[in-house]
Amino acid sequence: MLLIKNGRVLDPATKTDVAQDILLDGEKIAEINAPGKITSPRDGEIFDAAGLIIAPGFIDMHVHLREPGQESSESIETGTRAAARGGFTAVCCMPNTKPVNDNASVTRFIVDRAKSTGSVRVWPIGAASVGSKGENIAEIAAMKEAGIVAVSDDGKPIATAKLARQVMDYCRSLDLPVIEHAEDVSLAHGAVMREGITSTRLGLRGMPAAAESVCVARDVQLAELTEARLHIAHLSARSSLELVRSAKKRGLKVTCEVTPHHFTLIDEDVQYDSRFKMNPPLAAREDRDALVAGLADGTVDAIATDHAPHEPALKDVEFDRAPFGILGFETALGLALELVHSGKITLMRMVELFTTGPAKVVGLERKIARGEMADLTLFSTDHEWTYNVKESSSKSRNSPFDARGFKGAPMATIVAGRVVWKR
Amino acid sequence: MLLCCSTVRRFAGNSISDDVTYRFRDLLALEPLSADELTFLLDQSKLFQEIQRHPLKKLATLRGKTVTLAFFENSTRTRISFSTAASRLGADTMNLQAEASSLKKGESLLDTVYTLDAMKPDCLVMRHAASGAADFVARNLDIPVINAGDGTHEHPSQGLLDALTIRDRRGSIENLKVTILGDIQHSRVARSNIHLLGKFGCQFTLCGPAMWVPRELEKIGPPGTVIRRISRIEEGLEDADVILVLRVQTERMYEPTLSAEEYILLYQLNSERLRLANPNALILHPGPMNRGVEISPEVADGPQSCVLEQVTNGIAVRMALLFLLMSGATEGGENLVADDALGGSASSPEKKESTHAAD
Repeated sequence: MLLIKNGRVLDPATKTDVAQDILLDGEKIAEINAPGKITSPRDGEIFDAAGLIIAPGFIDMHVHLREPGQESSESIETGTRAAARGGFTAVCCMPNTKPVNDNASVTRFIVDRAKSTGSVRVWPIGAASVGSKGENIAEIAAMKEAGIVAVSDDGKPIATAKLARQVMDYCRSLDLPVIEHAEDVSLAHGAVMREGITSTRLGLRGMPAAAESVCVARDVQLAELTEARLHIAHLSARSSLELVRSAKKRGLKVTCEVTPHHFTLIDEDVQYDSRFKMNPPLAAREDRDALVAGLADGTVDAIATDHAPHEPALKDVEFDRAPFGILGFETALGLALELVHSGKITLMRMVELFTTGPAKVVGLERKIARGEMADLTLFSTDHEWTYNVKESSSKSRNSPFDARGFKGAPMATIVAGRVVWKR
Repeated sequence: MLLCCSTVRRFAGNSISDDVTYRFRDLLALEPLSADELTFLLDQSKLFQEIQRHPLKKLATLRGKTVTLAFFENSTRTRISFSTAASRLGADTMNLQAEASSLKKGESLLDTVYTLDAMKPDCLVMRHAASGAADFVARNLDIPVINAGDGTHEHPSQGLLDALTIRDRRGSIENLKVTILGDIQHSRVARSNIHLLGKFGCQFTLCGPAMWVPRELEKIGPPGTVIRRISRIEEGLEDADVILVLRVQTERMYEPTLSAEEYILLYQLNSERLRLANPNALILHPGPMNRGVEISPEVADGPQSCVLEQVTNGIAVRMALLFLLMSGATEGGENLVADDALGGSASSPEKKESTHAAD
């Protein structure tokens, strides 16, 4: 038994924002009551959450754990430990491992490894096409039985409109969302950052915003055609956001996520430093502002980190040659709280974007209630700290937020009633 | 962050009375340099121009020092120019050429330059196909790094030698109308020229096929710089004081290019079109030149062409840069030349700073 006392419970599912104590029994929530009303269990522990927010367990619906195949950059063990430090109780790992998670045996491997070595829940995402090559549809039904919660060819888009249509048709019948890495690869060919004044000044090849939104437009049309659940990953452009907004207005099952780096940084921050290189690339100031507005008004459904570790040897190269991707877990909440502190979004909205928002996209429920699974994230909105990437639990160090100061931080991560990490 | 200074005292003769400072340990780009610093570099180069006219051109200033020339991308004139500049200052050179390098064997750029650095050179001159490569290397080395061209970013010594050439011919680089012709998107020379000449009030007309003259180029110059894009060459050349002709850099393009015939039809600088410019307009070309493509032979060889002066001035500029950065790297002063025809000293930079640290 674990009694969490003196905290402020904030649950978007029930729009609760009130001081309450919570008693956990085993994996479940046993009781919720007004402060001091729950008697301390004799054999139990007490967690003093004074000054802390108790939220449903955070979900990061877009991560790369690199296992199997690229364990020099990350493993399920180190990646989920970093996730726990970021306050995440569950992560959805993308299928671009080696081998690609395009069949049930790879899915089962990931699920098993997560059970034996993981700190938090791991919900795999299966490939949409065999090898994510964009040719033949993958064994999605078998992967679903093995535990996938969505499909995606992330790292690249589903190669052709025809295949995307088939995948959407099939996934609708399986009730799985299709997560799209929206990119027109011909427009983005060779590009290493967003096209704009900065790319022109630096002489770095840029991809226009349209490289993303052209593909979003294609997929929204196909979602309309197939009535599938379409989720746009790491949406970065204002033009893409507009397409999602209008799709939602028309009642389509279209959702999207935004990463902390895209709502925080812009292309002007790129200075030949490969820690600022990711795909989609950092966008223009107007895009960033539009994303923040989308987070506030409900157009955006989730904050997802796109945690993409790359070992130093891979990133410590010319900007052109460095792989795309940055770490995300440990700085996500701190960055989201910057939006709360500056009044751009409410605290409730922020929690929603980390919890019920992503849960809904993958077809799950998240709430703090008696009998529910005890996955909880405890965080502070005012704890001041500085991120030191050298102390990261990740195997990699590719964060542009190294040495950034934050106000507010994850303080404890509870998965199935167990405190898996505590500051 | 305030940058440390390498203060170079000017000598008698062509002197400016005050101390002039060059803030950086490296020369990675012209963009962060002030007009004063640029003027200082041009004035320094002037001194070395005089040496080019002497029958005996070799100085002993950098005797015992070594310049490593690491050209990860093919180059003839720039490499020979730096090599000649080093040798005329008495320095030894080590050469790394892309074909012979271990990069082909999979070694990373960083490991390659660490290896070169372990041979203890006093300066690294590098060219690389990736924009920002010199910046990246400079962040990881303690010796001065000179960018001899990085991708489509900058080619600072070319920008300086172009300005020196213009200043020699016209007496000033202020408030000129400069037309840059051709493939500007992929040109590091164009960028360095805009950053340099823009600080002296020059106005730019960028003229070339629309896909190689993106509108973002209008905004890359120093604050307030007038940069306009014109697609018709006849209009683009009007009243030009300086015409910078560029080669079409097919090697840097991912997209399909224009046919040579199409390019010639629309954008070749020939004598008929040249008449639309200011009658004394100077013609510069960074080379290598494709005669009969971007420039017609009679224009390339005509009286307005500065192409060969550019090459000669290149050595003076590079001597000045090597002298400035390398003699600055040692404690105490050293005579510039043994016979005291010129003399100078430089104090040492205290700490490494790359030019981009100032951004």
